[in-house]
Amino acid sequence: MADCTILVDGVPRRVPAGSSLAAALLGLGISAFRRDADGRPRAPVCGMGTCFECRVTVDGEDGVRACLLTVREGMRVGTAT
Amino acid sequence: MSRTRVDVVVVGAGPAGLAAATAAASRGRRVLVVDQGARPGGQIWRHRDGDAVPPRAAMAIDTATRAGVTFIMRAGVIDADGPGRLVIDVDGRIDDIETSALVLATGAVERLLPFPGWTLPGVVGVGGLQALVKGGLSLAGSRVVLSGTGPLLLPVAATVARGGGALTVLEQQPFARVASFGVRAIAADPRRLGDLFTYRAAARGASWHHDAWVMRAEGTDHIEQAVLRLGGREETVACDWLGAASGLAPRTALARLLGCALADDAIAVDARQATTVPGVWAAGECTGVKGDAAGMVEGTIAGAAAAGDDGPSQTLARASAAGRAFARQLATTFAPREALRSRVTPDTIVCRCEGVRAGALGDGWSGRQAKLWSRAGMGVCQGAVCGLAGATHFGWEPGISRPPLGAPRLGAWAGHLAPPTDHQGHP
Repeated sequence: MADCTILVDGVPRRVPAGSSLAAALLGLGISAFRRDADGRPRAPVCGMGTCFECRVTVDGEDGVRACLLTVREGMRVGTAT
Repeated sequence: MSRTRVDVVVVGAGPAGLAAATAAASRGRRVLVVDQGARPGGQIWRHRDGDAVPPRAAMAIDTATRAGVTFIMRAGVIDADGPGRLVIDVDGRIDDIETSALVLATGAVERLLPFPGWTLPGVVGVGGLQALVKGGLSLAGSRVVLSGTGPLLLPVAATVARGGGALTVLEQQPFARVASFGVRAIAADPRRLGDLFTYRAAARGASWHHDAWVMRAEGTDHIEQAVLRLGGREETVACDWLGAASGLAPRTALARLLGCALADDAIAVDARQATTVPGVWAAGECTGVKGDAAGMVEGTIAGAAAAGDDGPSQTLARASAAGRAFARQLATTFAPREALRSRVTPDTIVCRCEGVRAGALGDGWSGRQAKLWSRAGMGVCQGAVCGLAGATHFGWEPGISRPPLGAPRLGAWAGHLAPPTDHQGHP
């Protein structure tokens, strides 16, 4: 499958087009999607929008569940890495 | 904000929802299906943008579309003023829908139970791992442990093995229990034997254990190893991914918001799939986990009933009764083992959203007391995860559902409904 480019924390990264954003970020080795109150990293768990652990910032909007989103060319993603 | 008026709204575009929508639309009703996913098919028929659609899913989606069903994807019901007036969030936009009938086909969620280290990145659900792989995650060269219970372990093990991961599978139940269930299930429907062979053949390199489960996950910023309980002893294995869950549970938040009664944690329905609330029907996993084929039977019955039909045909009624019997067997055979409660130490996080640890919960607290006094269940997932954990381990009652469901952008939701009033109707 073709690749597309997304900006992860300001850095252009190639990811497989058609991937969910959660799968794409995990594939890049990112495991701190967000941080809990103790500063510990959190990452996707349920993969289907229920647990809210995969929240990231997408195109300036906070709290977006990465598992429910498909990657788009030029998408700007903020993680807690 | 826009306002739409239809005859039937179906919530959920999985097998049961698609069947319900098709049944109602083929009786001339205007039908709208609302689903959170990017494409119809639900979790079981989840597929990636651009990937081939599973054949059975393609057929069900095609049939529904040809019957005239309209789909609203990336959308969820966030509030309801009775079953006839729904508020939906469509990718951040709030819409009103008025409908004469409502069919709930909200599916199931995984029962994620707490253990030390379960908040580490790399620890996911069993179905959760499958969803991520279907979403494009590669497991090539990864070491994977699956710890769960029930038939879902089989397709997920096959998915992991096909994806190239080295795999250890732990089924909570003892082998004899699973085997006797399997014999009955195959006798009731011999096609299940073929499924069993396909999955086990795909995962033939895996190491399988019964009466076994993960005790804890260890690592710094990602899981590095899992401590497993195998036949009474503990063993540590290095791994990159741990899929851990205790089967599936009906998803009932919307049903509870509408006031539908539950039975055995599932939405209670009669032989026509009617819930206890007039104008609301329910079908599929949300009325008891039973699989896609039985869910489609229930969906067909529910959609026809929502369109005003009299009772189902003899054939459908028989198939539906068989599905319910299978759901009861599944629930009994693969109930979470009580011994899993001993994994929870005082330091173990129970409510992941609010970071509430088991030691902060008083002995014998109800779910409501836990919510009030520890904030467990008050986070953004609205108790979807810890509510099931509390029900399994601490005897919590099913939570009270309050709008908005599914955490919409609050700015959009806030000016939408009339200002809140007290019970006398005063602002």
